[in-house]
Amino acid sequence: MNYNVDEKGYYGEFGGAFIPEMLYPNVENLRQQYLKIMAEPSFKKEFDQLLKDYVGRPSPLYFAKRLSEKYNTKVYLKREDLNHTGAHKVNNTIGQILMAKRLGKTRIIAETGAGQHGVATATVCALMGMECIVYMGEIDIARQAPNVARMKMLGAKVRPALSGSRTLKDATNEAIRDWINNPVDTHYIIGSAIGPHPYPDMVTRFQSVISEEIKWQLKEKEGRENPDYVVACIGGGSNAAGTFYHFLHEKEVGIIAVEAAGLGVDSGESAATSVLGKMGIIHGCKTLLMQTADGQITEPYSISAGLDYPGVGPMHAHLYKTGRAEFIAVTDDEAMQAGMVLSKLEGIIPAIESSHAFAILETRKFRPEEIVVFNLSGRGDKDLDTYIKYFKL
Amino acid sequence: MNRIHQKLQEGKKILSLYFTAGYPTLNDTVKIIQDLEKNGVDMIEIGLPFSDPLADGPTIQASSTQALKNGMTTSLLFQQLKDIRKSVSIPLILMGYFNPVLQYGVEEFCKKCQEIGIDGLILPDLPLDVYQENYEAIFKKYGLVNIFLITPQTSDDRIRQIDAASDGFIYMVSSASVTGSQDGFGNNQEAYFERISDMRLKNPQIVGFGISNSETFQQATKHAKGAIIGSAFIKFLTQKGVDKVGEFVKGIQK
Ligand SMILES: Cc1ncc(COP(=O)(O)O)c(C=O)c1O
Repeated sequence: MNYNVDEKGYYGEFGGAFIPEMLYPNVENLRQQYLKIMAEPSFKKEFDQLLKDYVGRPSPLYFAKRLSEKYNTKVYLKREDLNHTGAHKVNNTIGQILMAKRLGKTRIIAETGAGQHGVATATVCALMGMECIVYMGEIDIARQAPNVARMKMLGAKVRPALSGSRTLKDATNEAIRDWINNPVDTHYIIGSAIGPHPYPDMVTRFQSVISEEIKWQLKEKEGRENPDYVVACIGGGSNAAGTFYHFLHEKEVGIIAVEAAGLGVDSGESAATSVLGKMGIIHGCKTLLMQTADGQITEPYSISAGLDYPGVGPMHAHLYKTGRAEFIAVTDDEAMQAGMVLSKLEGIIPAIESSHAFAILETRKFRPEEIVVFNLSGRGDKDLDTYIKYFKL
Repeated sequence: MNRIHQKLQEGKKILSLYFTAGYPTLNDTVKIIQDLEKNGVDMIEIGLPFSDPLADGPTIQASSTQALKNGMTTSLLFQQLKDIRKSVSIPLILMGYFNPVLQYGVEEFCKKCQEIGIDGLILPDLPLDVYQENYEAIFKKYGLVNIFLITPQTSDDRIRQIDAASDGFIYMVSSASVTGSQDGFGNNQEAYFERISDMRLKNPQIVGFGISNSETFQQATKHAKGAIIGSAFIKFLTQKGVDKVGEFVKGIQK
């Protein structure tokens, strides 16, 4: 079974490029160029250099001793929270800004929900001196004020998405409309492993540095490259795609994807796409998505803005469908408690997105000798307000 | 013979109007279609509302959102249209996004269209290659004309490919924009209209996006076979309601 994208842009039955003709020239050009550009020695050199000197890679693979004792298994944390800007998102924006430069683009657009991808995009645009416009739902702008301020300090314009539910899905619609209106000078930096081919594959490749490092880091620490399990949370699926990538075809490695159940999978307030979704088309991609019987896309809910997306990247839809990955849904409450556990036991305050991944330790039992690598996709600074309100700190 | 083909053979320039089904109120659909035909409109695009219309500007987005709030669904639209051919004879085209069609079942959808007397479909996010590989045979089986878009950025090669795959007309998007983004055409559009006209395509072209009055209609149809008005008509419906449709059409035809 192949878990990577095929030459037509599909992962099994998922993927493709369901885009209006207005987007065809840009997406097609990107499709023809992206692998060539990524293979250029000068591109690789610049990408690696920036990841090292600017982002601070490699990110540590940390053996979490107290967490391991509590859950009686060997827990490792991949510390993407220590990256510049505080999450894995920057791995992708560094890659895409270098891509945009080589494609001759001068103006950058992006969508953002919690603001992490917006900040990571604004950061690389400042670094490269490029114009940056970030679309953000009006509701998210109100509830993520610090990240809005960060983007502004970094020189980006933050434009409110006023349509629909005024959150991430609508911000993505607005970014796509901007690209339709500005086809010549603009590159769209999508923030997750979603969108029309080749985006899911390109974003996955940029994020795959995570699993590449896990392999040699684990070899150093444990004498073997392959853990028994890799675990990551899934919004659109970029940190998970990067964490899984080099293990997809290693049969002995179990893959666990953690979705946001919100108030509960059956509560009507959830973002557990693998359970609630059906095959359909969202943002140019055929994948699992939450929708009405009539094919209207529905609103997801999660306490974590980064997991609040009604679809899931096509690679993950394929991993789900083929049974290659185990999918677990974690509620708001479980995630918040897990965030507290990690803070108390390891001195690390995680992003609420990442807390979802750790929460499975309460219910999904691992054997004492098993090595379980969790991707700690981001730090919790951006979520302090939510933690304060939830725990009445 | 498909009504679209018949219409395209007439000598005149085609005035086509787009509106969103279920807007301004749920049951306006049939009345709007009948009034448009009575007032001399040549062809109608009936918009199937979608929650996330990527290629549409604020006017059509808002009408779609409202139509969905009003309760519009694919099945309901089919039900509203079931007797439409008793009173209306101009070509009718359904325009929407692919996901609702996929969920209805593409073959079921096409079959229903044929039963009702729908002549063609415009599904902007159903790409050419997917259509040809998976759906062309189904569309043809039910006598539906599939209409593709081209834009000023579409390469000559791609336009030739689309022309070869088309059997009706080509929807020529006037500029790099979502719907309703501009008023008036400048030199760029003139050059683009001429470039396409000089390509001598097998399919006639009908221009859409940015046409709002008789002036832009004249400009657009100088080279092209016809033009489609969408956002401007929706705005009119919003402001003046459904009883004055004739007034809008007269304003374009003057
Ligand atoms: C820290 C963190 N983790 C995870 C996500 C979810 O995105 P993805 O599934 O693309 O990794 C986000 C998105 O904002 C995030 O900020």
